[in-house]
Amino acid sequence: MGSVRYLHNLLIKREISSRELTEKYLEAIERDNSSLNAFVNVTKNQALSAADEADKRFKNKEDTDILEGIPMALKDNISTRGIDTTCCSKMLLGYKPVYDATAWYRLKEKGAVLLGKTNMDEFAMGSSTENSCFGKTSNPFDLNRSAGGSSGGSAAAVAGNLAVYALGSDTGGSVRQPASFCGIVGLKPTYSSVSRQGLIAFASSLDQIGTMGKSVEDVALVFDAVAGHDPLDSTSDFSYKADTFSSLNKSLRGRTLAVVKEFFEGIEPAVKESLEKAIKIFEELGVNIKYCSMPQIEYSLPVYYILACAEASSNLSRYDGVRFGNRTKEPFTDIQEMMCKSRSEGFASEVKRRILVGSFVLSRGYYDAYYKKAQLLRKELVDAFEKVLTDCDAILTPTSPTTAFKTGRITEDPVENYRADICTACVNVAGLPAVSVCCGYDKKGLPVGMQIIGDKFCEAAILNFAHIFESNTDFNKTTDWGVRL
Amino acid sequence: MSFLLTAGLETHIELGTESKLFCSCSASFGAKPNTLCCPVCMGHPGTLPSVNRQAVCYAVMAGLALNCKISSVSRMVRKNYFYPDLPKAYQISQLSEPLCYDGYLELASGKRIRINRIQLEEDAGKLIHKENEIYVDYNRCGVPLIEIVSEPDFESIAQAREYIEKLRIIMRYIGISDCRMQEGSMRFDVNVSVRAEGEEKLGTRTEIKNMNSVSNMAKAMEYEYSRQCKILQEGGRVEQLTLRFDEATAATIPMRSKEDAHDYKFFSEPDLPPIVLSDEEIEEISRNMPMLPDKKFRSYVDNFGISKADADQLSKYRRVSEFFDKVKEGVQSPSFAASLIISRIFAIFETENEKEDFNIKITPEQFCELVKMTERGGISKNLAKTTLDKMLISGKSASAYISEEDAKKLTEEELNVLCKRTIEENTSAVSDYKNGKEKALMALLGAVMRYSKGKADPVFTTEKLKEILRD
Repeated sequence: MGSVRYLHNLLIKREISSRELTEKYLEAIERDNSSLNAFVNVTKNQALSAADEADKRFKNKEDTDILEGIPMALKDNISTRGIDTTCCSKMLLGYKPVYDATAWYRLKEKGAVLLGKTNMDEFAMGSSTENSCFGKTSNPFDLNRSAGGSSGGSAAAVAGNLAVYALGSDTGGSVRQPASFCGIVGLKPTYSSVSRQGLIAFASSLDQIGTMGKSVEDVALVFDAVAGHDPLDSTSDFSYKADTFSSLNKSLRGRTLAVVKEFFEGIEPAVKESLEKAIKIFEELGVNIKYCSMPQIEYSLPVYYILACAEASSNLSRYDGVRFGNRTKEPFTDIQEMMCKSRSEGFASEVKRRILVGSFVLSRGYYDAYYKKAQLLRKELVDAFEKVLTDCDAILTPTSPTTAFKTGRITEDPVENYRADICTACVNVAGLPAVSVCCGYDKKGLPVGMQIIGDKFCEAAILNFAHIFESNTDFNKTTDWGVRL
Repeated sequence: MSFLLTAGLETHIELGTESKLFCSCSASFGAKPNTLCCPVCMGHPGTLPSVNRQAVCYAVMAGLALNCKISSVSRMVRKNYFYPDLPKAYQISQLSEPLCYDGYLELASGKRIRINRIQLEEDAGKLIHKENEIYVDYNRCGVPLIEIVSEPDFESIAQAREYIEKLRIIMRYIGISDCRMQEGSMRFDVNVSVRAEGEEKLGTRTEIKNMNSVSNMAKAMEYEYSRQCKILQEGGRVEQLTLRFDEATAATIPMRSKEDAHDYKFFSEPDLPPIVLSDEEIEEISRNMPMLPDKKFRSYVDNFGISKADADQLSKYRRVSEFFDKVKEGVQSPSFAASLIISRIFAIFETENEKEDFNIKITPEQFCELVKMTERGGISKNLAKTTLDKMLISGKSASAYISEEDAKKLTEEELNVLCKRTIEENTSAVSDYKNGKEKALMALLGAVMRYSKGKADPVFTTEKLKEILRD
């Protein structure tokens, strides 16, 4: 049983109140967050009053949602009305949105209790949660190691038992890779299945809000709650009705998983080993394994970085110091200088690098060689995935080529860092859903994540694979941090 | 050496939709600064646009009115540049896949100005300069605009003037914009090039940005034409420039050269799916469009025998033509009805806007009744005119001024009686006439008109009087 359902039972039986539960988490955050730095803003008062509201409904025996009264966390790029939403950038320090992101609004309506906002790489650009103006987040398994990124704060909060579940955002692996590093479950849904309204944009055609939890069941429940059409997001799908929870326990017998060899090249031996064991487990569960090749994967990183940077350069142009965000305190003589100074101060180096790359690939004379070519290759990648997925129910890959790396290793070579996204970015480029689940540990005791990629709107199928795997294995270890349930 | 002018026009027209292009804020003009804004049009982080279907429909109407092809799939793009009045630092516009393309507008001479495309886009806010401070008003941000891009088909300033005037009439006619230039809801960029006569290749063009009156546009074109001619005459080369028109000096002033032209880094707007229009939707829009002025003009002339001058006036203003359309079916002589409208009703209006508004107190039915009285011969055309004047002031029907008895046609017998009575009663005028004073006849005619309460036909009565006096 997942944590959400377990806690929900305690809450309706009144064995614990939402206030007591929330206080436990707030105390744990107070004690452990200084070590993990998962939260950048703890919304204590709001959390307690939401918990009290939930308790009232429990007391009155009103219809309560399964998420009612359960403490959770949001990545700091998901807009929360009246609560700082900074993208962990100096640019947005003190910025309080005047509206709620749709995904958060839907959870709030169901009685979710927000504990606070979690750390991330600035504007979700990074794979280690080190590019944050609030400092790095540590991995609950080893404080000297990265929690992954960019949703490292959400992953560490869940793995460190400082929140029952969390929302993150995933543009090139930012939910799945930290989930993998922290030994939790992270779902990147199909592009257009969860509204992006209120998610502060990094790369609009790739961004998706994802759900992170300690079990596949939790992730499924939360996904079902936030997914579905939103008239405020024109790219959100009109007809999709998410119901992943009810099919979690279906038998996998006779189902087919593709193993694409390109995803297994250049990965750490421990990761490879765990994945090979996972393949055996699936076979034992009656799943057919089909080995195949997708040479297009080679292009997925350049395609991803060209498209993501191009869109980011445009999306981040609105931070010009005129209406919100950082305005330089330095003197300036004209509006141009004011904008230049405000932006130069507000953004840190990784964000600047990506804005520069994005502006370059879109500029006159280079557009065809980069952006246009990337768009063409994107189409090829989509077709390649489609081809594999017509014969198979899902694709099994590692989530990350490595287990959690040490922090402070960010080298001068950004391309080296970008390789961390090799298994995940291609999924965003193709707009597909994928879930990362723990499938073992390396010799240092660090979790290894496997990724299950499905066809569009087949969240139910991949979560079904993940849930059956999880139920038949014992990789779901907890860390020593936070609340013990 | 004589030089030929070539010009092309880009016309921006604000659409008269209730709400803005990508959010539900009111798109109205003249509100207090920054009262018609929301997180979407202010570009707050995390907000997303959703397309106003009414604006799409209006843009399609503009396309249909300008004989364009309508794209079943068109795409929005981002045009990136930094400016304080542009909150997202990009304008959502269209480029290579616009809503409408390949159309034309026909001038009176029959010359067609080709329309390259009509694109749908959002307007920016407005900077307000006050003392030493600059303020920004975001009310206009996100108001839907169409940009109508012509081919460089203009060979004279007069053609450009006619095009704008006609464009304005059409857009107001189909009701998609008020095209009020002084409020900025219609603005132009014009590009001008000059080449020596006999030369095939077009000269280097310059572009004059953002003018909001036809007279400024004409002055700017004139200035630019002579400036470029002078350069060529002196053996120089015209530089590709972006200019603005300075009203005070009536001169064009360079804004930027080709080298430092903006790189707008266009790319497809990822926040919006393509705009898809089915054939049925396009047909539906087309069905609900009013008949356009050109078509009406032809029909008035060909089918209703209206003079070209009158037909031009009647077809040009939508409300006038709608009034006339109701009248013309019910009367025998549409041309008389037309001339009454032009000579009497238009006389009460002072401005073009008043003609367009056509705010009058009488209904087409009341007007018809009056015309029919004339047709039956019950009242003279003169009486009809004076009666109409009274009706326009009071809003009353013709019957308020002309009784049923009066409206009956004067028989020849009755006219005879009236004429004889007049001659008997006006002996001095009669003797003046007989002594050769032709003018005296006018006095007699006046008397007959009085007795007949204006019913007598002046030409016929004059003949009658002469006949009796001869006997």
